Amino acid sequence: MPDALLQADALDVFYGDFQALFGVSLTVMPGEVVAVIGANGAGKSTLLKTFAGQLHPRAGAIRFAGETVGTLPAFAMVRRGVALVPEGRRLFPSLSVEENLLIGAQAGRPGPWSLARVFDLFPVLEERRRQPSMSLSGGQQQMVAIARALMSNPHLLLCDEISLGLAPIVVKEIYDRLPAIAGEGLSLVIVEQDIVQALSAARRVTCLQEGRVALEGEAKSLTREAVSAAYFGV
Amino acid sequence: MMSDAAIRVEHATRASRIGLTVLVLLVAALAAAPAWADRASLRLMGEIFTFVALASLWNLLAGYAGLVSVGQQAYVGFGGYVLFALAILFGVPPIAAIIIAGALAAILAVPVAALMFRLRGHYFAIGTWVVAEIFRLVAAQIGVLGGGSGVSLPASVITGIAATRAMREHIIYWLALGLAVLVVGGIVMLLRSRYGLALTAIRDNETAARSSGLGVTRIKYLVYVATAAGTAMTGALIFLTKLRISPDTAFSVNDWTAFVIFITVIGGIGRVEGPLIGTVVFFLLRETLADLGSLYLLMLGAVAIVVMLFAPKGLWGFVADRLGWQAFPLERRLVRKP
Amino acid sequence: MQWVNAIVQGVLIGGLYALFAAGLSLIFGVMRLVNIAHGDLIVLASYLALVVVTTLGLDPLTSLVVVVPAMAVIGYALQRLILNRTLGDDLLPPLLVTFGLSVIIQNGLLEWFTADSRKLTAGAIEVQAMQVLPGIWIGFLPLLQFAVTVAIIGGLQLLFYRTAFGRAFRATSDDPAVAQLMGLDTRHVFALAMALSLAVVAVAGVFLAVRTNFDPAIGPARLIYGFEAVIIGGLGSLWGTLAGGVILGVAQAIGAQIDPGWQVLAGHLVFIAILAVRPQGLFPKVQ
Repeated sequence: MPDALLQADALDVFYGDFQALFGVSLTVMPGEVVAVIGANGAGKSTLLKTFAGQLHPRAGAIRFAGETVGTLPAFAMVRRGVALVPEGRRLFPSLSVEENLLIGAQAGRPGPWSLARVFDLFPVLEERRRQPSMSLSGGQQQMVAIARALMSNPHLLLCDEISLGLAPIVVKEIYDRLPAIAGEGLSLVIVEQDIVQALSAARRVTCLQEGRVALEGEAKSLTREAVSAAYFGV
Repeated sequence: MMSDAAIRVEHATRASRIGLTVLVLLVAALAAAPAWADRASLRLMGEIFTFVALASLWNLLAGYAGLVSVGQQAYVGFGGYVLFALAILFGVPPIAAIIIAGALAAILAVPVAALMFRLRGHYFAIGTWVVAEIFRLVAAQIGVLGGGSGVSLPASVITGIAATRAMREHIIYWLALGLAVLVVGGIVMLLRSRYGLALTAIRDNETAARSSGLGVTRIKYLVYVATAAGTAMTGALIFLTKLRISPDTAFSVNDWTAFVIFITVIGGIGRVEGPLIGTVVFFLLRETLADLGSLYLLMLGAVAIVVMLFAPKGLWGFVADRLGWQAFPLERRLVRKP
Repeated sequence: MQWVNAIVQGVLIGGLYALFAAGLSLIFGVMRLVNIAHGDLIVLASYLALVVVTTLGLDPLTSLVVVVPAMAVIGYALQRLILNRTLGDDLLPPLLVTFGLSVIIQNGLLEWFTADSRKLTAGAIEVQAMQVLPGIWIGFLPLLQFAVTVAIIGGLQLLFYRTAFGRAFRATSDDPAVAQLMGLDTRHVFALAMALSLAVVAVAGVFLAVRTNFDPAIGPARLIYGFEAVIIGGLGSLWGTLAGGVILGVAQAIGAQIDPGWQVLAGHLVFIAILAVRPQGLFPKVQ
């Protein structure tokens, strides 16, 4: 059995005195697409931030590519190949589209992703490369955010609510690109409130409910009832 | 649904009752000081009281209203110069002059605040410093008050206060004590009022305070103007005691701002007790280390930095939070009326 | 003609004020920190140059080779060890810590060097001047300093907008948390920004030392001139800061022509006027 790329065991994560995650475990294999779903406040973003190194677990262990990483800061995680597409996109307003992409490559990791390749994936960005990043539409900004993360040539791409605030047709356009992204052996963890998209894009699904894992399994084998029950906790 | 009449706000706690009792006894003892203290001690205590006033006012401005001013020396000097001008040019008795200085400073503070509030945060701080520099340079141009080299207070002004030298010194001492009590008492009353609640909200999170419709700008104006008035009155008293004024001494950043800031930071910013403790510590240090000159200032700066980095709540915050001490009834608890 | 000459001199010294301001503006741009010790650090650089000149026998302009890297290292250490701890939403800690630093530097210099006035000599270039028009003289040294200021500001603009380095600064300034997600260690980025700022301060300090007499107490005035240049010129724009410095210099020159005691006051009054009438400055960066 091949080694997992990311192995998280029994994570407890706190914001100050408030506990957001209770004993959450997750495994991601190389080249796998995993979806994490759940209602607002379930702890999905918290989980991704912990993987990215923005938060540190108070209990539990995280291993990435064979290395124990729970205490490393975010910039160190990027250098090891974990990239986060943050919730709300969070582009740099002072930078143009192209500059946002270039700064994504700051960590200097080798790999297949480059400016040319990213423009291939999202041609509309090449047209707008010199424009201020915030002048783009929501969907285009989301493309910039994803492309920016890809520029760091990660092994693991974490996507936090990329469909948020976007029209369904735009969401579809973005999700249609995911196979091209995942095709290189990149692993993806997708956090979504949109269950349908998540289940269609991912092979495995974990559902969080109030900071705990309520359900996990292969996307195709989960029934709608089971997912609803886990999502809403009824 | 309970009616408002059934609930009231309680300010005192057991700790604050004890603390307040101690303070009241202390003030009573200090008021009687002319009976038990010698001349030099009276002078020193008077100086301590003026610094308590200055530091408490700065604490209100910076620690509560979030207006970190590095230019309060503008009002110290203004108060001093107004006193000298009124006494020398118009023969106004000193005590009346002190009050007028406060009133004039309040009026002047309004347009100054209007200008300064256009600057945010750190830039506000430096802006207040520029204002103080403007005051200093203008004062140096006023020939009738000595221009750049300053002027001394005529003896007649001092002898006019009281018949004997002892009585004069006692009166000036009581003025200083009274001013300190007035300032600290006034601050406590302000903090107990609904303005005080608003100030605490501003201190904790200004954006949230604004969005809850608190009239933040008006409160800031109020605090800035009140602080200017108090600072000017204290300045007037300080220079009455010094008997001589010049632009450099009146508007000295070191004497009236650096020391005040260090006192407040070391004592504890954002608490009324902080400046009191800080002033005591400051004067203890000064009396023991004064010979060191600039080395003393250097150490003070280093201590302030260390305190700010590692114990940002100052000495009082450090100690009182652990032991639950309180000197003033400033808590707010909702209590059901019996 | 006297007036025109005064204005020309004002423009030239305005370049020096803009240099004082450039380091200040840089730091505020990158990390929203206003360094109250900025002026005192300029004076520290002047004294450093003094030490280098007296011990190594170099002339002041050559001493830059030592002073600039030395101040850059001091800047890196200062930010990394002390000032990084003060960054955050609360503006009291950085303000009070840099204020404490200001007092420490002033009194440290006072202890070490005494309050005596010092000056560095740059040799013959100090007195050489060319007459561009009857009655209007431009000194070689002031002209050189102005040219260097323009070059430094141009260089900083290039750095910020055309290099990866500058991109990292701008991104960190926009959003430090997300900058970390790009692999940037923000502690290091902030420290580099301070190092750069103090490198500029080093040049300003050496220029100051050659231009006028200096002593440990003149720091705060340099901070104020730099600050006024930034506000008059407009926040966020380095070329605006140059314009602000020139305007300040000219205002002071005109004030001095009216009455020598009015020199500095005239500058303050122009600053107040700008604050009253156009608080965003003359050439603010359009966001």
